[in-house]
Amino acid sequence: MAAATAAADAHADFGMPERLVDRVRAQLHARAVLGPLSVLVLSIVVFAVVSDHFFAFNNFSLILQQSMVVATIGIGQTLVVLTSGVDLAVGSTMTISMMAMAKLSAGGTNGVLALLIGFVVGLVCGALIGFFVTRFRLQPFIVTLAALYVYKALELWYSRSANVRGTDISPVLKWTGNTIHLGTTQIPYGAIIMLAAFAAMAYALRQTAWGRHVYATGDDRESARLAGIRTNRVLLSVYLLCGLFCALAGWILIGRNQGGDPQAVTKDYNLDSIVAVVIGGTSLFGGRGRILGTLIGALTIGVFRSGLPLAGVSDIWKDFAIGVLILAAVLIDQWVRKVAR
Amino acid sequence: MNTPTQASTAGDPPAGRRPILSARNLVRRFGRVVALNGADFDLEPGEILAVIGDNGAGKSSLIKCLSGADLADEGEVFLDGEPVRFRSTLEARAAGVETVYQNLAVCPAMDISDNLFLGREMRKPGLAGRVFRKLDYAAMRAMSRARMSELGLMTIQTITQPVETLSGGQRQGVAVARAAAFGSRVVILDEPTAALGVKESRRVLDTILELRQRGLPVILISHNMPHVFEVADRIHIQRLGRRVAVVTPQTHTPNEAVAIMTGAAPV
Repeated sequence: MAAATAAADAHADFGMPERLVDRVRAQLHARAVLGPLSVLVLSIVVFAVVSDHFFAFNNFSLILQQSMVVATIGIGQTLVVLTSGVDLAVGSTMTISMMAMAKLSAGGTNGVLALLIGFVVGLVCGALIGFFVTRFRLQPFIVTLAALYVYKALELWYSRSANVRGTDISPVLKWTGNTIHLGTTQIPYGAIIMLAAFAAMAYALRQTAWGRHVYATGDDRESARLAGIRTNRVLLSVYLLCGLFCALAGWILIGRNQGGDPQAVTKDYNLDSIVAVVIGGTSLFGGRGRILGTLIGALTIGVFRSGLPLAGVSDIWKDFAIGVLILAAVLIDQWVRKVAR
Repeated sequence: MNTPTQASTAGDPPAGRRPILSARNLVRRFGRVVALNGADFDLEPGEILAVIGDNGAGKSSLIKCLSGADLADEGEVFLDGEPVRFRSTLEARAAGVETVYQNLAVCPAMDISDNLFLGREMRKPGLAGRVFRKLDYAAMRAMSRARMSELGLMTIQTITQPVETLSGGQRQGVAVARAAAFGSRVVILDEPTAALGVKESRRVLDTILELRQRGLPVILISHNMPHVFEVADRIHIQRLGRRVAVVTPQTHTPNEAVAIMTGAAPV
C-alpha cells in the first residue's frame, strides 16, 4: 500500500517536465558536461565559418599545446573547487616546482632526480595549504591567497629571477616538449601526459570511494563527516594532489618553453585555471561538476584565444569574450541548480 | 537509588526483558548549567520509545550522550547489557547505534544510492576492486533499491535521482533507510517530522512503524504529541535533566503527558 502511494507520488514529483526549458535544465542538471561541450563545439563551428585558417589540424595542435599547461593545473583546481574551495596559489606552486627542476638540473643533478624533487616541492606546497585549511579551518581563498605571495617570493628568491636555458638542463625535463607525428600534425608528449592525467582523475573521481568522498565533502561537509567520512583527510589529499598536478604542469611548461622561466609566476595561470573549471561547468559551491568539463573549459579558452585573432578581432576582445563566458557559465550553473528548489 | 519515582508502573520494562540500550545516572554539565542531572534511560528490544520534554529538559543532551555525539561527565551507558563509552558518532555506529539527525545529514547533489552507501561504499570483487579500487555501483544500487522498497519508500526507477530533487519526506526516507540498512541495532530519530507537511509526516511515521515491524528498536525524539501517541509503545518524559516518568499511550492522555512534562502535574 505504502509502496503504491510512494510510486504514485514519485511519478507526480519527478515525472518528465513538460516545458522544453525545463527539459533542457533537467538534462543539464543530470549531465554536467553537456553545457560546456556544446559551447566548445559551437565556438569551433563559428570560428570555422568566419576564419579560413581556423579549422586546420595544425591549428588544433597549436590550441592543444597552448591549453595543456592550464588544463593540467585545471585538474588540481577542479579537485579543490569540488570541495568548495579555490586555489589561488596554483601558478606559484607550478613555477616554484618548475624552477626547482630546472635549476637543480642545470646545477648538475640527475634529470630524473631533479624531476622527482620538483614533484616533492609541489607536494610540500600543497601539503602546507592543506594543513592550514584543515587544522585551522581557514578559508581556502585566504590560505591560498597568502600562499600565492609566499611561494611567489620564494620562487623569485630561489631562481634569482634568472631564466634557466634549455641547453643547460637534462633532456628528461624537456621531453614533454618532444612531439609525436600524427599525419601532418604534431602532438607533444606533454599533451598526452595531460590527457592521461585527466583520464586517471576522471576514473578516480567517478569509480572510487575516494572520489565519492571528494564530492560529498564539497557538497555538504558536515553531512559527509556525520556519514563517517574523514573530511580533513579528503581535503588534505585534494591539496596534495593539486600540488602534484601543478608540478606536473611545471614539467610540461619546461618542455613547451624548452627552459625554465621564473616569470611564469606572473602570468595568468591562476585565473585561467579557475576560468577553465568554471566554464567546464563545475560549481564554485562545490560538490558538482565533472573533471572532463575542465578539459573542455581549457580547450574553450584556447579556441577563443586562437579563433578571435584569426577572425580578425583585436586582441583586446579576447579577454572580453572570456569574461562573458565566465558570466554565462556561472549564470547557467545558478539556473541549473534551481532544479533542486 | 536513582530509580525514577514512577507515575505508573505501566511504563516499567516487563520483567525478564533486558533493555537493548540503557543509561544510568547520566550527568552532563556545561559550565554552571546542568543539562543532565542523573538521567536514566531504557530502550526495550523491538519497541518504539518516544522521548519528550520541554526545551532545556535535557532531551538533546541525553540523545547526544547515547549516540556518541557527546560524552557524559558521569554515569554509564549500556548496549545489550555491556557498558559502552562512545567517543564519537562513528564509534556508536560501529556498535550499531545509528542516528538520523534533524538536519538529515544527506548530500543533496549525490544520488540516493550514493547517499545510502556514503562512507561504506562497496568495491567490485576481484582485481578491479582490490587493485583499482573500483566501486560496484550495480550492487550498491540493487541493494539500495531493495532497502528502499522494503521500507515502501521508493520506486525502482528513482534510485539514481539526486537527493535534492526529492521532497522533504523522501529525503527523510533516505536518511532513515540509511540508518536502518546496515545491520544496525538501534535507530535514533531526532525530530523526523518537524519540517514536514501532513502527508510527508504520515509517510515517515509509516516508515517508523515499518522499522518496528522488522524488529528494530527506535528512539523517537519529537515535540509532536499526536505523532508520539500514535506510534510510541512507551514514552520517556524528560524534565529538569532527568527522567521523571515513563508512560504509555494506553495509560495516559497527551494532556497528562504534557502536564508531567511541564511540571503542572505531580509525578
